[in-house]
Amino acid sequence: MRREVPKSFADYTPLLFPGLMLVVFFVVPFSTMIAVSFFKRNPAGFYTPDFVVDNYARFLTTFFAGVLGFSLMLAVLVAVCCVCIAFPFTYLLTKRSRRVQTLWLVGLLSVLSLSEVIIGFAWSTLFSQTAGITNLFVALGLMDKPVALLPTFGAVLAGMVYQALPYTILVLYPALVRLDPTLLEAARTLGASPVKAFFNVVTPALRNTIVATLIMVFVFALGSYLLPQILGRPRHWTLSVLITDQAIYQSNMPFGAAMAVFLVLISLALVGLMLLVGRKENAL
Amino acid sequence: MTATFLRRLYFTVVALFLAAPLIVVAGVSVNARQELTFPPKGFSLAWYGQIFADPEWRLALIHSVTLAVCSVAIAVAIALPLAWFLWRRIAPWANIFQVLGLAPFILPPVITALGFLTFWATVGLFGQFFTAIISHAIFFVTLPLVTLSLGFASIDRSLVEAAATMGADDRAVLKTVVLPLILPYLVSGYAFAFVLSLNEYIVAYMTIGFTTETLPIKIFNALRYGYTPTMASVSVFFVAVAALVFGSIARFGDIRRLLGAMSSEGN
Repeated sequence: MRREVPKSFADYTPLLFPGLMLVVFFVVPFSTMIAVSFFKRNPAGFYTPDFVVDNYARFLTTFFAGVLGFSLMLAVLVAVCCVCIAFPFTYLLTKRSRRVQTLWLVGLLSVLSLSEVIIGFAWSTLFSQTAGITNLFVALGLMDKPVALLPTFGAVLAGMVYQALPYTILVLYPALVRLDPTLLEAARTLGASPVKAFFNVVTPALRNTIVATLIMVFVFALGSYLLPQILGRPRHWTLSVLITDQAIYQSNMPFGAAMAVFLVLISLALVGLMLLVGRKENAL
Repeated sequence: MTATFLRRLYFTVVALFLAAPLIVVAGVSVNARQELTFPPKGFSLAWYGQIFADPEWRLALIHSVTLAVCSVAIAVAIALPLAWFLWRRIAPWANIFQVLGLAPFILPPVITALGFLTFWATVGLFGQFFTAIISHAIFFVTLPLVTLSLGFASIDRSLVEAAATMGADDRAVLKTVVLPLILPYLVSGYAFAFVLSLNEYIVAYMTIGFTTETLPIKIFNALRYGYTPTMASVSVFFVAVAALVFGSIARFGDIRRLLGAMSSEGN
């Protein structure tokens, strides 16, 4: 049975339920959010319908510029750290036996599926004074007494790298598994050491994959909404944290929505860029 | 020799990084008294009993499981006909629905969550439990959609053709050939989405956070008011559930293929 062009209306019926659900509960909420971003704040309720651009005008303050700059910087840092750790790791992983690979994949998926709440709680425990890693350093004689390592920028970074690392590995995995093995064999036959072959053959061959992965991890890190709040100080808050804070705690849904629209635009631009990079590689 | 050693070292460091916070949480969860110390003082499994014995934690567990079971069932009900249609028919414009199904997962979760918040607030249903079920169903439809699309792509079309030439109509082909072949993908799609729904915080919080506590919401609220070892035991419980589910998928299915390794044979 080949793929066929739908002939009658009845052929479209399978699309009815999925289409309806996705339009009513995704397209409509999304549009609602965009509409609300132009509404006025109503401290007593959610909002008052209106058409104002005040919510967007607030982007021009230095406070907002600071938050945006910090969010982007943090996401770039997380993406770079994750790809630097994950790329060689994933490459080596694909060279191991299937059993070992499967074991790692199960572990990585388990960590990846963990709630941000749990990751935040786990790292705040690991960095705490009473149960933290510094107790181990004291026991080893490296430190005099245990200290709390949070709230600090380092704690935020560690937590976010932890959250994004399994994601990075799983994004890189398909590309590295499918990498043509003859490429490496050729390099080895011509006398390159494994390390040299990795840096001079594998890495350049997957340059576009690496760029696309950097962008994907960057968008993933932009979405982190709890870790900067649990592990950092208010000045470490990112755009995602601020959106939650405005919408829920400051009951300023319109401003939160405006920031969300802004975040959508950044993410979409990056996803578009990534698809472009990906297409280039396929064309080669 | 040195290369092997360096590789082992590298793998060990990554494994330690991934395991360290969980080891500490597991250690904390067996403290005899209500304190945050590691290594644990004394040994007690009482905090695991608390998940089921304490009425508040038990209620949060029931909420979370109900939410995951129902929402993912709806997600599969959306993904299955859609994936089947895209596989069976040539209708390029229908791909828009695939994009809509993938979008909630690619965009930062805060955005989808805020979209649901403004929507449910506008239609006046904010805070009702079923709104979270629908929201999760849409948010996680990506996973069954991706696994099912992989499943359909893996079907050998000549099998379907054979059934059709022997007189089977669409319904019969679907029932006797297609569904049995994609069942493993359906189950893994459900399982993936189930685990993630169980762990999800922000969408649940923005839809029903003010009226109902799921486990992640309960942990976060408890975190703000201080510490109880039950948080640690619940966290370990979550890790165990995830490992169990993904372990079963690996045991009974082909997890490498699901994650994009094309050649499931050989290697």
